[in-house]
Amino acid sequence: MLKQIEGSQAVAQAVALCRPEVICAYPISPQTHIVEGLGEMVKSGALARCEFINVESEFAAMSVAIGAAAAGARAYTATASQGLLYMAEAVFNASGLGLPIVMTVANRAIGAPINIWNDHTDAMSQRDCGWIQLFAENNQEALDLHIQAFRLGEELSLPVMVCMDGFILTHAYERVDLPTQEQVDAWLPPFEPRQVLDPAEPVSIGAMVGPEAFMEVRYLAHAKQMRALELIPGWADEFRRAFGRDSGGLLHSYRTEDADTIVVALGSVLGTIKDTIDEMRRDGVKIGVLGITCFRPWPLAAVRAALAHATRVVVIEKSLAVGLGGIVTSNVRTSYGGSADAVHAVIAGLGGRSITRASLARVFAAALAGTLEPLSFLDLDGALVERALAREREQRRSGPIAEGMLRDLGVVAARI
Amino acid sequence: MGQRVNAPGAPMLAPKDFKSDYKPVWCPGCGDYSVLSAITKALAMLALKPENVAVVSGIGCSSRIPAYTTCYGFHGVHGRALPVATGLKAARPDLTVLVASGDGDGYSIGGNHFLHACRRNLDLTYIVMDNHVYGMTKGQPSPTTEPDWSSKLAPGGTGLREFHPLVIALASGANFIARAYSGDPNGCAALIAEAVRHPGFSFVEVLSPCVTFRPEQREWKTMVHPAPVAATDDPGRAARRLMTDDGFNVGVLYKGKRPAYARANGGNQTVEALACQFRA
Ligand SMILES: Cc1ncc(C[n+]2csc(CCOP(=O)(O)OP(=O)(O)O)c2C)c(N)n1
Ligand code: SF4
Repeated sequence: MLKQIEGSQAVAQAVALCRPEVICAYPISPQTHIVEGLGEMVKSGALARCEFINVESEFAAMSVAIGAAAAGARAYTATASQGLLYMAEAVFNASGLGLPIVMTVANRAIGAPINIWNDHTDAMSQRDCGWIQLFAENNQEALDLHIQAFRLGEELSLPVMVCMDGFILTHAYERVDLPTQEQVDAWLPPFEPRQVLDPAEPVSIGAMVGPEAFMEVRYLAHAKQMRALELIPGWADEFRRAFGRDSGGLLHSYRTEDADTIVVALGSVLGTIKDTIDEMRRDGVKIGVLGITCFRPWPLAAVRAALAHATRVVVIEKSLAVGLGGIVTSNVRTSYGGSADAVHAVIAGLGGRSITRASLARVFAAALAGTLEPLSFLDLDGALVERALAREREQRRSGPIAEGMLRDLGVVAARI
Repeated sequence: MGQRVNAPGAPMLAPKDFKSDYKPVWCPGCGDYSVLSAITKALAMLALKPENVAVVSGIGCSSRIPAYTTCYGFHGVHGRALPVATGLKAARPDLTVLVASGDGDGYSIGGNHFLHACRRNLDLTYIVMDNHVYGMTKGQPSPTTEPDWSSKLAPGGTGLREFHPLVIALASGANFIARAYSGDPNGCAALIAEAVRHPGFSFVEVLSPCVTFRPEQREWKTMVHPAPVAATDDPGRAARRLMTDDGFNVGVLYKGKRPAYARANGGNQTVEALACQFRA
């Protein structure tokens, strides 16, 4: 059924179609609309046999999900930004215990400085925590990925994080095709947990494991993620047959067949990149884009194959490994057969800065001309940084960083 | 504890001297405007100067307060105002430290710190602007929300009993417990000033309406009333009184005699303080 709805409501509806049994959440922008949508569905009875728990923090949210999943229930939560960081200990716990919780992350920057706008720092901070991480390009994909996430997680007994750009997707009204309950029921079998509360064999979960088996438990989590790499492409085909559209999978290539320059990115920015590429194609530039849907597990072989003919790779990423550069770029380099220098990291859109077609076109042109640095920052205000650095050189008591920069800009911290 | 560093003879500052140039972004009519006024009045009454005071907060509409003052301010992360203030006070015991929170920041995500700050009894003044809702995230139930208050997140209400912050403060060892109402900024200022003067951890719960998501709280002005009996220093009597409290008693409800936390390096440790730690 086609519906013009907010991205958050599309996700709420998709989650409800998956018949979760326990939902727990703590509000945080830009995620709150999702769980508010679910709260209303639980109350109205549209989502039957589901317990909705208002918890006191994200740490509690993930812990409640762990308890529910450990008892064999299908559990769901959603968060963003500071909330994801606050629950980090429990996030690792969930994957270590092999509990197939599904969580939406409405991607948002991390403070300090306080910032509520979109980037990928939150999800990237948890990239090695053992969860499967999927990134949606648009609201239809966000909706579909949730349906796939429950099946994937439950098949492998691994938790799955579905990442969608905060505000850009969560708050955007787009037309989405909402599947029927029958379609979802046919695709997603009831949860058959690997660990249940079995009266015949009561066990205590959460064992202490020493050096004798710790590595093996961790290795098993890795092996399961490798198994996900094998399963996901087939499931994307199956999903296409069942729902009539392409969604999910490991990656999506766009105009890459003959491209010697390939741009790599995750999430909603792919739309802007495609538009920019279409324009450059009109001028005869052989450029294409590779969108990564599945970031964890990292689809090493699939990315390698997709980049095989590229002589130049430009990664546009909304996060920064401070002290290194690109996070996604580092992953891409492991998959690129050519010189590591041919893979450029472009850090873009941090804290919600717009990523415009004009700026992207400039970066791609620089890449083609061979003048793009290995690491660059899209539309960085170099003069502002220089003033802050000068202040630090000149005076020991240079004061708090963000406040100094706002003063330089003449911006009253209007949102204080 | 309690030392005031205003030079003798220095001109007293007025409340406006404690207000910064930032224009608050609160909704028109929000109770927090009056709490800001009450804080600035209290600081003037105490003959403090902005550089004698630090205001520490977490995240929420209420937690925007530090930047609206001319004092040292720290706007932290959600729920962590109290431990940050503890660190600040440990490093600068000479400062008067006010900690500002909301009922979400202070009672849900930061609830655990509340217990331990009361117990530690460091000389801090904790001002919680309680509007029984998460204002900043646009209207979800908090621990002090009535069980039947309906919202999108909890249609028909959470069904959960309200949290009783004053009882918890008493049980956890807070040394001063008061309730104020933002609609009476002068009364609120006097209570905050008294809280600052009292040694140890002082807790002031301020009923501060959220006119946007809880417009019915405008009626609080007809519901608040002065506490019928004077403050007690007896925790047992205070407990009995608080257990039957209607939530709208305004005034000082408990003034304890526990010595404030003393610095490990001797600072103001006394035999009595040591003995009290064993009794507590
Ligand atoms: C770790 C974390 N979780 C959630 C949030 C989102 N958040 C910001 S303020 C707030 C609650 C505010 O309520 P309250 O403390 O009562 O203050 P008020 O806005 O009502 O003054 C929440 C949930 C956050 N900033 N950080
Ligand atoms: S939302 Fe409520 S608490 Fe926040 S500024 Fe507006 S009235 Fe005040």
